Amino acid sequence: MALGTDEIGRFAGFLKEHEAALVESWSHRVADGLRGRLSQTELNRQIEELFRALSEALDGGAGTVEDPNAAELRAVLSELSRSRARQGFTSTETAVSVFALKDALLAAMDARQADAGTLRDFIAFSALIDELGLFTFASYAAAREELIADQAEELLELATPVVKLWEGVVAVPLVGTLDSARAQVVMERLLDALVTTGSPYAIIDITGVPAVDTQVAQHLLKTVVAARLMGADCIISGIRPQIAQTIVALGIEFGDIATKASLADALRHVLRLSGVDTRRNGRKDG
Amino acid sequence: MERVPVLKIGDMLLVSIQVDMEDQTALNLQEDLADKIVATGCRGVIIDISALDIVDSFVGRMLATIAGISKVLDAETVVVGMRPAVAITLVELGLSLPGIRTALNVELGMALLARARFEAEGGGDAGEDDETVAAAS
Repeated sequence: MALGTDEIGRFAGFLKEHEAALVESWSHRVADGLRGRLSQTELNRQIEELFRALSEALDGGAGTVEDPNAAELRAVLSELSRSRARQGFTSTETAVSVFALKDALLAAMDARQADAGTLRDFIAFSALIDELGLFTFASYAAAREELIADQAEELLELATPVVKLWEGVVAVPLVGTLDSARAQVVMERLLDALVTTGSPYAIIDITGVPAVDTQVAQHLLKTVVAARLMGADCIISGIRPQIAQTIVALGIEFGDIATKASLADALRHVLRLSGVDTRRNGRKDG
Repeated sequence: MERVPVLKIGDMLLVSIQVDMEDQTALNLQEDLADKIVATGCRGVIIDISALDIVDSFVGRMLATIAGISKVLDAETVVVGMRPAVAITLVELGLSLPGIRTALNVELGMALLARARFEAEGGGDAGEDDETVAAAS
C-alpha cells in the first residue's frame, strides 16, 4: 500500500500548493463532525499542526505511517486521539478528524482538470489517509484502555479506606463487590494499618457489600486469620438480615470469629474487650 | 554457629529472631530457652519475629515446639511482630500456627502475658462485666 516516490512528491506538492484552501475546508468539515464541542481556534490549531506534520513526513519521503520519517506525524496523531479520548469524543468523531482530509482533497482536486492520472493519485492519497485513520483509531483505543485502567486503579484506592475508630481500634468499611483483587488490597491495607497504628482490634464492616457468596466469605475469613496471626482480633460487622440468611443457606462457617449486626455493636464489643466502660450514663428510657 | 540471644526483662524472656533459622540454630534456641526458663523462673516468653521476611512451615513448627516446651515449664509464649506479608503468605499456604498466641508488637505482647497471668491467678472475671453491660443496654 506504500506510495511510490513520485506519488509522494506529487502529494507533497499538491498539499503545498493548496495549503490554505485544504486546511480551511478540512477544519470546516471536522468542525461539522464535532458539532461545536471543540472551540474553532483549538480545532484550527490541531488541523494546522496535523497538516504541517503530514507535509513534513511527505517531504521526508514517508509513504506509510510506519516510516521512520513519519515519527513526528505519528506523535501528532496519537496526541490528537489521546486528547479526543480524554475529552469524551466517540471513536467515529475522532476518526472523522482524519478522514475529512479526503473530502477536502477531493474538493480541491475537483477544482482542477480531472483526468485519469488525478484519479489514480487520489486513490493512492486515500490509501495513505486510511492508514492515518487506522493509526488514529488504534491510538484512540489505547488511550481509552489506559483511561479505564487508571480509573479502575483509582476506584480500588478510593473504595478501601482504613479508618481509626478508637484508640487501638481500626475499621474497614467495605463498599461494593469484593472480588479477589480487592480482597487482596483490603487485606494488605488492613494489616499494614494494624502494624502502623499498633491496634490490637480491627472491624470489617460489610454493610456496603451487596452480596456475600462463598468466595467473598473465603476472602473475609482469610483476612481475619491473617490478622489473628499478627496478633490482632478481627470482628465482622454490618451483616444485613438477607445476608445472614444467605450465609446460613450457603453453610458458610465463621467459626469463632465474632460477627455483629452493626458497626456500633462491633465497636461496643471491642471496647468491652479492651476494658473501656461502655455503659451509657444518664440514659432515661432504660 | 549462630545463636539467638535470650534476654530477661522483668519476669519475662525476650527472644528476638534476626537470623535465618536452621536446624541447629533452632535446636540451640530451644535448649537455651528451656534452660533460661528453669534458671530464672520466668512465666512468660516473647518471641519477636519482626525481622523475619520468610516464615515457612519449618519456622512455624519451631515456634510451636518452643510454645510447647514453655507450656510444660509453666510459661506462656507469645509470638510478636509478624509482618503483614508474612501473615498473608501463611494464610495463602493454609498455615494458621495453631496453639500459638500472637500480638502486634512487644509492648502488646507483654500486656497480653500480664493479663493472661492475672486471669490465671483468678484475679478477674471477664464474664461478669459482660453481663452488666448487657443488662444496662
